Amino acid sequence: MSNEIDARGLACPQPVIATKKALENLTGGVVTTIVDNTAAKENVIKFAVASGCGASVEEKQGHYYIKITKGPAGAKQVEGQAATGQTVYLITKDTLGHGSEELGAVLMKAFLYTLLETEPLPRTLLFINSGVRLATEESPLLGHLQTLAGRGVNILSCGTCLDYFALKERLAVGEVTNMYSIVAELGAAAKAITL
Amino acid sequence: MRQLPRSTDPRLLVGIDTADDAGVYKLSDTTALIQTVDFFTPVVDDPYLFGQIAAANSLSDVYAMGGKPLTALNIVAFPICSLDPNILLAILQGGQEKVTEAGAVIVGGHTIEDAEPKYGLSVTGLIHPDKIWTNAAARTGDRLILTKALGTGVLATAARADLFPAGVAAAAKSMATLNRTAAETASKYHVNACTDITGFGLLGHLYELAVASGVRLEIDSAVLPLLPEAQEAATMGLVPAGAYANRDYLTTVTIDNSVPECIRDLCYDPQTSGGLLFSLPESEAIQLLAELKQANVDQAALVGWVVGSGRGEIHVK
Repeated sequence: MSNEIDARGLACPQPVIATKKALENLTGGVVTTIVDNTAAKENVIKFAVASGCGASVEEKQGHYYIKITKGPAGAKQVEGQAATGQTVYLITKDTLGHGSEELGAVLMKAFLYTLLETEPLPRTLLFINSGVRLATEESPLLGHLQTLAGRGVNILSCGTCLDYFALKERLAVGEVTNMYSIVAELGAAAKAITL
Repeated sequence: MRQLPRSTDPRLLVGIDTADDAGVYKLSDTTALIQTVDFFTPVVDDPYLFGQIAAANSLSDVYAMGGKPLTALNIVAFPICSLDPNILLAILQGGQEKVTEAGAVIVGGHTIEDAEPKYGLSVTGLIHPDKIWTNAAARTGDRLILTKALGTGVLATAARADLFPAGVAAAAKSMATLNRTAAETASKYHVNACTDITGFGLLGHLYELAVASGVRLEIDSAVLPLLPEAQEAATMGLVPAGAYANRDYLTTVTIDNSVPECIRDLCYDPQTSGGLLFSLPESEAIQLLAELKQANVDQAALVGWVVGSGRGEIHVK
């Protein structure tokens, strides 16, 4: 279920109020609020975080599309889609654990596969540093992440990190994020797990 | 404004160069004239209260220079044909009450037809030329005292969203309070610099003071006086666009990671009729704070230090 609010041209606090009303009328799923200035963008993100929701932002031609995922409090499970929980994973490497990189790659695959089987699914996977490789075209685990994204999990990759590895053009799943949103996501999570 | 020619008249003691609160013009060796003007659109629904707030805000610039208000002129924009004239009357009554409370008189004014009401005053005050509080003489070792709680911008935004009524009411009361008691109490001390906190927020006005004085400042975020519910309103995204504009403009500010986001927002929050900020030697600051509290300036707090010479750097910890 999705819901779009066009709050372009509205002064503060109207975008926040419109988003608040839409979330109150929604039993679960996603609200996308569109705003045309950074003040409104930051305020809507603050509101989402304060309301226990996940938020991710995409910029298109100077307009901000803020995707707000309503948390499970009061949310009903949407048919054909597993409910996402409030756990956020911060994935800092493209392999899991220290020691053998080869073993680490196998373990990361097993981890994401197992994650797909869990209930409720995590709310968000945040990829930073070499972790962003997992969300690009060259990722051996792209299919797993696409499945997770299809089931409502936010897949967010650090823009600075993608730039560093020159992979921004090759991001294949989820959205680009910034440190502001990463900190907001971690702060709003009921449980944040770093890998 | 930079394109405008500067006055070289030696009688102009404080002009536009240092972004101070009001202009000061020397009349004689013992008397100087303080002049200021400010007006804005309604920040509260009640017209009488709006008049009080606009007047308290305009008078504050005279207090921030250390002066005594003498006369005031009303500046009014009002939809004369479409709005009840009693609303205008209430605005003017509110303004007059505050001007009277300040010991000054309204000597006239001017009204124009406009779609949206606006009100404010041009205030003239007097000061001894040797006793002017500019924002340009803060010294290393000074403590900083703020005399009103922060958050009027955030709570004005909350008012437009019909949220946090208790905080909105507290903000209105604070905005309508004159800075007279704070200024008169501080006049007995060696205040090195003073400014009032308005549209550029706490950090914006501190920045002006720090640049004009050639110093750098440190602010203790844990002790900042905050209006009730201001933190809650900021946390849920009721932050005025002006706060973000202030933040984006102020490039010399550094803030510790441990300072919560809502407190950062309140440091940048544009204030209407905010408090005075005094910079004075530490030995006197403690005593002034105690005297302010005794005089019912109960939100006054020691909020920071002048840590050394600099170019307007501010660190918030």
